[in-house]
Amino acid sequence: MSRLNDANVALAKEIIARYPRPKSALIPLLHLSQEQNGYITNDAMAHLAELVGVTSAEVYGTASFYEMFKFEPVGKYVINICGTLSCALMGSEELLHRAEHKLGVKAGGTTPDGLITLEHAECQAACTEAPCLQVNYRYRFRVTPADVDSLIHDLRAGKLSDEIPAHGTLAKVRQHIPADRGVGAVAPEAATTAPAWFDGKAAL
Amino acid sequence: MSTTESHDEATAVDPNAVNITINGRSVSAVKGEMIIAAADRTADFIPRFCYHPRMKPVGMCRQCLVEVEGPRGPMMVVSCMTPVADGQVVRTDTDQVKQAQEGVLELLLANHPLDCPVCDKGGECPLQDQAFSHGPGESRYVEEKRHYEKPIPISDLVFLDRERCILCDRCTRFANEVAGDPLISFTHRGNNTQVLTFPDEPFASYFSGNTVQICPVGALTAQPYRFKARPWDLEERESTCTTCSVGCRIAVQSSRDELVRYQGVDSDPVNWGWLCDRGRFNFQSVSSDDRVTTPHVRDGQTLVETTWVDALSRAAQLISSASGKVALLGGARGTNEDAWAWAQLADLAKFKMRDAQMGDGLPARVFSYPQATIDAACSAPTIILLAPDLKEELPVLYLRVRDAVEKGRSRIVEITSHDSGLTKYAWKSVHHEPGHQLDAVRATLADTDIAAQLAKGPVVVIAGRSSLAESEANIMAALDTIVGSVAHVSVLPALRRGNVRGALSVGLAPTDGNDATHILKSAVTGDIECLVLLGSDPLSDHPDADLVRRAFASVRNIIAVDMFMNQSVQSASVVLPAAAFGEKNGTTTNLEGRVTNVAQKVTPRGTSRPDWMIAIELAHALGRDIPLTRVEEVQAHMMTSIPQMQTENVAVALRRNGIVVPTVASAASSAAVTPVGTRNSYEFRLVSGRKLYDKATGTTASRSLVNLADSAAVYVHPQDLERIGKSDGASVRVSSSSGAIALPVHASSAVVRGTAFVPFNLAGADVRELIRHDQAVTDVRIEGI
Repeated sequence: MSRLNDANVALAKEIIARYPRPKSALIPLLHLSQEQNGYITNDAMAHLAELVGVTSAEVYGTASFYEMFKFEPVGKYVINICGTLSCALMGSEELLHRAEHKLGVKAGGTTPDGLITLEHAECQAACTEAPCLQVNYRYRFRVTPADVDSLIHDLRAGKLSDEIPAHGTLAKVRQHIPADRGVGAVAPEAATTAPAWFDGKAAL
Repeated sequence: MSTTESHDEATAVDPNAVNITINGRSVSAVKGEMIIAAADRTADFIPRFCYHPRMKPVGMCRQCLVEVEGPRGPMMVVSCMTPVADGQVVRTDTDQVKQAQEGVLELLLANHPLDCPVCDKGGECPLQDQAFSHGPGESRYVEEKRHYEKPIPISDLVFLDRERCILCDRCTRFANEVAGDPLISFTHRGNNTQVLTFPDEPFASYFSGNTVQICPVGALTAQPYRFKARPWDLEERESTCTTCSVGCRIAVQSSRDELVRYQGVDSDPVNWGWLCDRGRFNFQSVSSDDRVTTPHVRDGQTLVETTWVDALSRAAQLISSASGKVALLGGARGTNEDAWAWAQLADLAKFKMRDAQMGDGLPARVFSYPQATIDAACSAPTIILLAPDLKEELPVLYLRVRDAVEKGRSRIVEITSHDSGLTKYAWKSVHHEPGHQLDAVRATLADTDIAAQLAKGPVVVIAGRSSLAESEANIMAALDTIVGSVAHVSVLPALRRGNVRGALSVGLAPTDGNDATHILKSAVTGDIECLVLLGSDPLSDHPDADLVRRAFASVRNIIAVDMFMNQSVQSASVVLPAAAFGEKNGTTTNLEGRVTNVAQKVTPRGTSRPDWMIAIELAHALGRDIPLTRVEEVQAHMMTSIPQMQTENVAVALRRNGIVVPTVASAASSAAVTPVGTRNSYEFRLVSGRKLYDKATGTTASRSLVNLADSAAVYVHPQDLERIGKSDGASVRVSSSSGAIALPVHASSAVVRGTAFVPFNLAGADVRELIRHDQAVTDVRIEGI
């Protein structure tokens, strides 16, 4: 059920072919799988293991290292409120409390309607714009409690659906690398010629 | 002149030799070596957790920090990741080094539960020991430690306690790098990093026990040893595992006269410290309640207990009354001394025939080819596999061969009728139907790519019985062709039984082709009246079940020397209880011909005695004296009476790595190739091979291993399964010209199209019902029930 569907298997094979070693494609494939299912399931990991020729345990080891891969279903929108120093000093704790109160769930929880997951996050690298948060990894800067209220309101009202695609969506447009722009699956140590897109320029 | 030569040798400069200084003393090292490896040859011990000399360094634990002098003064480096360089100045004893090592230990202990009093590792724990020797003694951490569920089983044999784990990467590296089974992995991140399997997918590796042995803390514990003993209560002797013929060196450990653990010992030419789980954990069979501990004699339908005197005189009587029509089957389970003493008895009492194999090996003339050692195989540019699945039958040899391929030293050319554990490491895999290996070999040798590869240098053929459902003549003919046409070729015989090479070398080899199959046929025709089973179970082990049944029905008497009342022993008239491994001293010979010692650690159960002693007692009862009373005397006589052992010093054989003794075998003559008929298109050609865990008594009598064996099934290629219109798991009837069995069918891409694979000796339907000794191959039909 949560194995990659046929279209995604075709895409997965295309992605795998971009790398000299199939297992290098694991991270993009995990994203693809998360896009399809909303989160990473055990079946999906077993399927990816087959596709790239490693064991399920190795896929699990890789996937569980990254915060952005979820192993439980999450809401359509994931709100990450930064709690690291700059944001904490600028009042992120209040933002989190506000959001918890407004949504009726604790950090880490998902609203019963499955719309919003609230999370506490570590530094999101926007300290100059503290306090900050992300909705499906899209920034909101210098957030006030009132901004949290209106954000949640807008998400519920569907006003942001154009701006913020559902959680897991990789991109609205699939990447296509034309044959003459690709480097091909050549291991770096096996490469003898410069890639086509190098256009004969001198090496950097 | 010899003096000049030695002078030249002394002054010849090895381009890879470097000199470094450790704590003011000069140490010679080799380029590429890490500082910690060089330091291990000195008295200066550098503490470590993740570094293991048989695995690649990772610098995970940071415990081995030392100072190396650099242009800007001393610099702290991890000695397991810093290669030696000529003139390097290393200090392991400065205050800064001490402070750094203490700091690392304090950090490693920050989350460690310090539950040493209830930990199996306590007393032999590198973390405990090095906390004392290199730790600060006190911790500044007062915070709550990490908590995890206390030990979780990660397989049937191994438990994981994540609280104790210091994340050294030894077990995960072993699983990936050495065993090739990366079923455990670091998961999660930061403070939550933990070793785990994939959810609901156990660490089902044949080598999982090694992770317990190399775990530097008590995070991994072995189910069979948990809470059995404390390290300071253990007594230990170094010995050689005789579960299969690889002959891994082990430390046999006991507590209160009971075997509780085997640990791998690093023997450079053999096992590098590794063991398979079957060899590691089958010590449980020695103390099994199912052991036969007193002699038995037949009284009507039942076997009743009796005294040794009575049993021996009954046995002697049976042998005498058979007037020479006596045959000995077995002897590969015991020591060289056991086999030699029985060979002496067989000579004195004029036994008509003898064979240490069970129709499931290769003729002893396989030893007449130029012989290779494991080291020779694993340094040869080309290894030709004409063998059973090494991962299933000779697991540590599999590890060595896999290592040779992974490190780029060797390439495998596999000629097989079923994918093996080494197929994915093979450079070329040539698949053929049983009976056509000769064609496959000819085609392989004619291939220009392969011919070029073979010309690169020494070629080692690992040769064994690749399938039990076909005649050994097929394999020998293929082997003859390879040996006859490839230059610089040598053979490593992959015979499986523990001491089969030893038994065949010291006098239990069949003469004039009177092998086990011939012995059984003679029993059917009445040429053999008395059968002596020396630790053998033909009813379960000989590939032709029907022949053995008929032989057992025809033979007048059976005398069995065994540790267990197996199927064959139950038909005996006299049962003599034998001492088990760990209960007797002696020597054993591995598949290379390497003679090493086998050590007694515990008292034989009940009144059981070593095989050699039984032979001598029985000779005495027959009125033929073998004037030897101690195993050392037997050993000395054996060493002097066997020409090829004569020159060798017993003491050498008793050292860790033993000594390779050439086996005398009659010269090879090409085998008569049995013509193989063509297979009907609606039939399958049968392939049968052993699995690591099967119904062998050593496995079934070990509580921890008995449930690891699969049950019988037939495997066919997925397209063939579709062709016969069966679904995976359906019950089918598999029939050959000699019998039929019912068992489930499964699809497997490891099976060659047109063949059917049924594992040997598993619970359930018995593949031996389909196999006839006089047929070169076995063709079967698969039908629905």
